[in-house]
Amino acid sequence: MRYLPLIADDRSAMLATIGAATIDDLFVDVPAEARLDGPIADLPAHASELAVERHMGALARRNRAAGDGPFFLGAGAYRHHVPASVDHLIQRGEFLTAYTPYQPEIAQGTLQMLFEFQTQVARLFGTDVANASMYDGSTACWEAIVMARRITRRGKALLSTGLHPHYRSVARTMAKYTGDTLVDADPELVPGTDWADLAAAVDKDVSCVVVQYPDILGRIDDMSALASACQAAGALLIAVVTEPVALGVIKSPGEMGADIVVGEGQSIGVGLQFGGPYVGLFACKAKYVRQMPGRLCGETVDANGKRGFVLTLSTREQHIRREKATSNICTNSGLCALAFSIHMTLLGEAGLRGLASINHAGAHVAASRLADVPGVSVLNNGYFNEFTLLLPREARPVVHELAERDILGGVSLGRLYPGNAALANGLVVAVTETTTEADVAAFAAALKEVLA
Amino acid sequence: MTALNASGWRPEMNAGGADDSATFTGNRALMLEEPLIFEIGSTETTGVDFDSVVIGRPQVGNLYRDDPIGLPGLSEGETVRHYTRLSRQNYAIDLGLFPLGSCTMKHNPRLNEKVARMPGFADIHPLQPQETVQGALAVINELAIWLIKLTGMHGVAMTPKAGAHGELCGILCIKAALEARGEDRRVLLVPESAHGTNPATAAFAGFRVEDIPATPEGRVDLEALKARLGPDVAGVMITNPNTCGLFERDMKAISDAVHAAGGYVYCDGANFNAIVGKVRPGDLGVDAMHINLHKTFSTPHGGGGPGSGPVVLSEALAPFGPIPYAARYADGSFKLVEEESAGAEHPDTFGRMTAFHGQMGMFTRALTYMLSHGADGLKQVAEDAVLNANYILRSLDDVLEAPFGGSGPCMHEALFTDNGLAEGFSTLDIAKGIIDEGYHPMTVYFPLVVHGAMLIEPTETESKAVLDQFIGALRSVALRAKQGDPALKSAPHFAPRARLDETRAARNPILSWSEPAVAPGEPSLSELGGS
Repeated sequence: MRYLPLIADDRSAMLATIGAATIDDLFVDVPAEARLDGPIADLPAHASELAVERHMGALARRNRAAGDGPFFLGAGAYRHHVPASVDHLIQRGEFLTAYTPYQPEIAQGTLQMLFEFQTQVARLFGTDVANASMYDGSTACWEAIVMARRITRRGKALLSTGLHPHYRSVARTMAKYTGDTLVDADPELVPGTDWADLAAAVDKDVSCVVVQYPDILGRIDDMSALASACQAAGALLIAVVTEPVALGVIKSPGEMGADIVVGEGQSIGVGLQFGGPYVGLFACKAKYVRQMPGRLCGETVDANGKRGFVLTLSTREQHIRREKATSNICTNSGLCALAFSIHMTLLGEAGLRGLASINHAGAHVAASRLADVPGVSVLNNGYFNEFTLLLPREARPVVHELAERDILGGVSLGRLYPGNAALANGLVVAVTETTTEADVAAFAAALKEVLA
Repeated sequence: MTALNASGWRPEMNAGGADDSATFTGNRALMLEEPLIFEIGSTETTGVDFDSVVIGRPQVGNLYRDDPIGLPGLSEGETVRHYTRLSRQNYAIDLGLFPLGSCTMKHNPRLNEKVARMPGFADIHPLQPQETVQGALAVINELAIWLIKLTGMHGVAMTPKAGAHGELCGILCIKAALEARGEDRRVLLVPESAHGTNPATAAFAGFRVEDIPATPEGRVDLEALKARLGPDVAGVMITNPNTCGLFERDMKAISDAVHAAGGYVYCDGANFNAIVGKVRPGDLGVDAMHINLHKTFSTPHGGGGPGSGPVVLSEALAPFGPIPYAARYADGSFKLVEEESAGAEHPDTFGRMTAFHGQMGMFTRALTYMLSHGADGLKQVAEDAVLNANYILRSLDDVLEAPFGGSGPCMHEALFTDNGLAEGFSTLDIAKGIIDEGYHPMTVYFPLVVHGAMLIEPTETESKAVLDQFIGALRSVALRAKQGDPALKSAPHFAPRARLDETRAARNPILSWSEPAVAPGEPSLSELGGS
């Protein structure tokens, strides 16, 4: 077996040192009736690298890769070009095969990277501090709601109807068992957000208001007034960003007064990967830092006075505080945070703004081409790189008919909100720098054909 | 904005160390100091070119981001160099033995990486029409079947993103099952030796946590546990093999007692690598157990994640597992059971616990690992892991105290204490001393049930020669600690950094970079700490 270095002579010599006759003597604490005699039946035996690669390759070929043709999906996961150096660097063994940096003297590479990542995320979001990552945007969103409960000692959260329905589902699952109250509903197919309604509804029982920006239908809005309303009521404003590239064009939530900003970092450096692993971003105002979940990297000095970095404020965390911790999170998404950070370093501010402008401009061109298809209109007034099309019939079957023509034409609201007939004709379409003019033309032509 | 620090790394910033070499740069040959990107980059620099340039202001009205963001860029070459230099300040399993107990740092096969990057896996969107991702759903299903067969359980929840998220999944299943029975049981029993995630998870899900006492042999006290069971107890969370590296001999009796009292058994499967292919938790009465794919099944830890924590479930709990999941139909096709179809196919689900379908990038790696080993190879994995750990236990128990060594063999990890060290010397000094010998230290001060714990897990991917050298090195460091060698108190001496001031970091947290208060070219000592 190519991964196991011991040979028979080693095993014999080691057993002799231990003072055991056979390997099974080492499993003596396992009750005999629970011990298996041979390898588990009906599972295959070991296989060569070549054979395994063939098997997995065949499975991979049964998927239509996004890059194989026109592709317009978003709704929480975005296809962007990832520079070659990103994947090369994250595969360096010293990053790939390191553990959580518990021994800082020999983990400065990971720690400095995390310090840089935290700073990048905080600046992108317009906040004071960010942590060293969460699992993904959806779990970061729930952790933010829990954090707001801890800070305000109130148990009622208002969720904008524009919040990603899966993020909302995660929150609903958890709230069912924690006793938190959530006020939530499906969105309506209108051009604007529900933020003015939320500002009117926030009161002294509310711990937080959660808005997504851009929202699930691609809409963007100014959250300053909502932030003021929250502040007046003693509630926190939580902003969720599922497409961080947008913040190269539009104002950050922090600049508009959000208290906690969480997000999905997948679109920078990570890739689609069928939904995971992704990287949850978590940032907030400095005054709330001791209530944050997850790991934090901080600057300090070593015994010789040299600058160095360590994991810090760990008295918030489960390995110290156990049942009194701010969260149960342990493993986070370090390697994806590294990919995010490298990609962001390659972009720099100039590159990020350029990338965001191309996405935005491309989306406008695509929206106008698609709105030329008879019966099709664009819902949004404003958007970044994603918008909602209103089709003359149910969007869900249209998506399948487009797929038959090898066009992956967006995410139907029927998939996201099954059973809500009022939303059934909506189709969420995302455009990035990877989308070509030919892709848009092919999409428009196929849509016209399917709808005819 | 101009360069944040035009002069780059300043040699003065490295001055002052007792053992500093007198180089102009502060570097020492291959040991290269590296500044932060904020000190070497500029907001004008970029390492990315685009095919087009957009002229004109975006159509976003007053939402346009006018103000500087403060994100420095580097050219591609500078970027590669920055991260390559940083990487060289890390220890990693690719460099040597990484005996971190309970964390299972084993070799990460590179075929796994190659497979995960196949475009058919890496470049597919979670919401693509299901007919376009049949291969991906087949992978999830095939991995699920492996996990079910290896554990002898009834079903598996694939979506949890890491071990602690898997614990949450299992505990929510228990909550949902109790609710379905109309019972409101509020207490979960957790041994003191448990990972911190266990009590934290129980509390996160709204349970009250109570300790289970341990026997002098380091195992769950069955009689004390039985005495505590009752109508308020929802269940137990037990790690098996436990964090002392011991198999819980009474596991079946524990399960039977908990079931008889109406509770459920959660097993923390972090140490499944010790028994994979040898013992099936399903045969021991377990109701739910998470499996860390990044431990037992070799997916990379990546400096802290991502993990992946599928949860195998008993017949009693499987109906409550989360959505979505990949189901196989009679015609050989696969379908995701999501919110829409859950009502008909999985009506008792507790719901969704993450946005999409779990850690697909880890599923492809773990399945690749399983197919490579096969059922026979996985059994050998457990046997060699246990053999290696016992070899370490018996090769060092004359110089370090093995608190449970007298009661028999260990499983995949060997536990020692700091008893017998010289006055003023502790486990920490041994850990820092072993760094100078070229190793990552063992897990220290965990589990909490013994004094100054040192938990050593070699894993099956280390050769006898590597173990022999490590044993020699640890013996040497342990003897120095027993003799009170003062040089050990200031170890490590040869690492990129000496011991770091963690108190200072926590007392005055500096969690992001800000521009130094003094002008470039006039560094002050206060800059070193930024305070």
